[in-house]
Amino acid sequence: MAWVWFHKFGSPPHFYRLATRLTPWFGWPALLLGLAGLIGGLGLAPPDYQQGDGFRIIYVHAPAAWLSLMVYTVMALSAAVGLIWRMNVAHAVAASCAPIGASFTALALVTGMLWGRPMWGTYWEWDPRLTSELLLLFLYLGYMGLRNAIDDTARADRASAVLAIVGVVNVPIIHYSVIWWNSLHQAPSVMKFGQPTMPASMLVPLLLMLAGFTLYFVALLLIRARGEVLRRERNARWIDEAVAGAKS
Amino acid sequence: MTITAENLHLWRGEAHVLRGVSFSVRAGECLQVTGANGSGKTTLLRALCGLSPLEEGRVSWRGADIAADLPAYHGELAYLGHDNGLKGDLTAAENLRYAVGLRRRVSRDEISAALARAGVDAARGIPLRRLSAGQRRRVALARLPLMGAALWLLDEPGSNLDAAGQSLLAQLLGEHTSAGGVAVVATHQALELPSNAQRSVSLQ
Amino acid sequence: MTDARASFISAAALLAARDLRLALRRAGDSLLPLAFFLVITTLFPLSLDPSLSLLRDIAPAALWVGALLSSLLALDLLFRDDGQDGTLEQLALCGQPFAGLLLAKTVVHWCLTGFPLVLVAPLAATALGAPTAAMPGILAAVLLGTVALSLIGAVGAGLTLTLRRNGSLLALLVLPLAVPVLIFGARASALAIAGESPAAPLYLLAAFAVLAATLAPWALAAAVRIGLE
Repeated sequence: MAWVWFHKFGSPPHFYRLATRLTPWFGWPALLLGLAGLIGGLGLAPPDYQQGDGFRIIYVHAPAAWLSLMVYTVMALSAAVGLIWRMNVAHAVAASCAPIGASFTALALVTGMLWGRPMWGTYWEWDPRLTSELLLLFLYLGYMGLRNAIDDTARADRASAVLAIVGVVNVPIIHYSVIWWNSLHQAPSVMKFGQPTMPASMLVPLLLMLAGFTLYFVALLLIRARGEVLRRERNARWIDEAVAGAKS
Repeated sequence: MTITAENLHLWRGEAHVLRGVSFSVRAGECLQVTGANGSGKTTLLRALCGLSPLEEGRVSWRGADIAADLPAYHGELAYLGHDNGLKGDLTAAENLRYAVGLRRRVSRDEISAALARAGVDAARGIPLRRLSAGQRRRVALARLPLMGAALWLLDEPGSNLDAAGQSLLAQLLGEHTSAGGVAVVATHQALELPSNAQRSVSLQ
Repeated sequence: MTDARASFISAAALLAARDLRLALRRAGDSLLPLAFFLVITTLFPLSLDPSLSLLRDIAPAALWVGALLSSLLALDLLFRDDGQDGTLEQLALCGQPFAGLLLAKTVVHWCLTGFPLVLVAPLAATALGAPTAAMPGILAAVLLGTVALSLIGAVGAGLTLTLRRNGSLLALLVLPLAVPVLIFGARASALAIAGESPAAPLYLLAAFAVLAATLAPWALAAAVRIGLE
């Protein structure tokens, strides 16, 4: 039964319709959760006793960083599905993930640097997490670069799938090795807080933002993947019916 | 010992190169695939090799899908592409020793005999890049009978060959099919084969 | 038509012998990455105040950045020729395990381009101010590191097989994945130079090399097959 569902999901017209229908179900809740999180985080949560109001950037930085990793995993998983089951839709999803993931990574880097400025005095301090994020950005750029360099779409799909799978295995290793490297210098980690545990008033908005970002990613992915499927299947017959259906 | 292609479809980017190609070639037969440049002859051969993945359709050898056991299928297959598949820095004899040796043990005498047969015996100690294109092609042809392969897939084997070279090719194919082998040959000029078990299919 | 079929071991050995013979015929090609390594490690002191104590501090960095870049350069030798003259697809079609054959090629490639680095690294390290006692640690680190780099680099070379000669893309693909090698290798070298035991980073480097050896054959075969389509 699940197998039938799986193969249906892989059919481009079915995926297109599904994606069209599901997008608002992810988009609107993302907006609401994001607003709630922002209000809670920027307004209602008390200032950190060590960092004052500066810590509030975590409400954008942490979800962005978490998503940059999650998107890479989703990208690698759907690339693997596409490679093993030869599913064009899965490859389209992987291709759509890459720019989104790269943007989240860039956002995490920028917010991390903006956070660092008041805390460390400089914009960059080779903090292990930020350094890891930078390397993750290179991995995304490499993936997109490889895709871009290969003209044949099917071949680009398969080659970048191999790269994504190799990358996803490496990401935890790279992350660990950077933390290990940094631990030798005992540099102050700004990402911790004054309190040993976060009170609910700080934690809840963070979780809301995390959920909001995740839903936003899914909505964005559905929109991009729809466009990607449309582009790949542009000569197929079902396109005319789907577009005609959208117009009516 | 039959190779069968069933409804092969293959796209290269936007182009629908193979559109439902089907045929069957039995032991002792040689199929010539003709067609204009760009009609998909090379693509077809590479699909038969299992190098290019097919969107639809399947290739069977001895009744079984080749995808089920690709290494075993490759063990019975000799492929000659547009490139000779030989190293320019090695001599003709060395090339054959390495190329065939990956598949089966081959003696020095067998190599000498094959090179002599192909008319490039004088060049056996010369690096391949110093030979002419025709001579290199002859060395590539010399490799074929040594491989011990039941199935030959040849892509424009006659390119760069003079008249004597073309008749060598015809002889090799004739011997191969008489001994019960199967051959699929892509060419845009018709081959003259001694045996009459020869068929032709044309790609648009 | 059925003769004594060659075993995989004999086929791999034959392939290795072929590659070695080819490399000897074009000896200059294999030596270039080595020369490049020496040039890079020379550039570092030239760009700094040549007081020996500072040199000793940057010695691990110079050694490892040099090793990384030299490995990248050497990757060109691995598949490009075979891809262009059609011998790579003959390897895919000979009926032997393709991953194994590609691994054999990578091993030979390491012997020709990585192993010389291992031999030369002590020299370069000494020139950068490292004490003699540091040599075993540096040797071990460069040995493990070049093996890991060869494996990762081979996968990158396989993925970029059919692309125009663009070294930048290969670098962008390989270097982030090679960061653990850089971190552990440089740290091991630094500890060795400082007279302390480099055991911890060496073990981590060894673990990474083992992981690379486990994953690389699959990734290599998959990548090259895609390039041959």
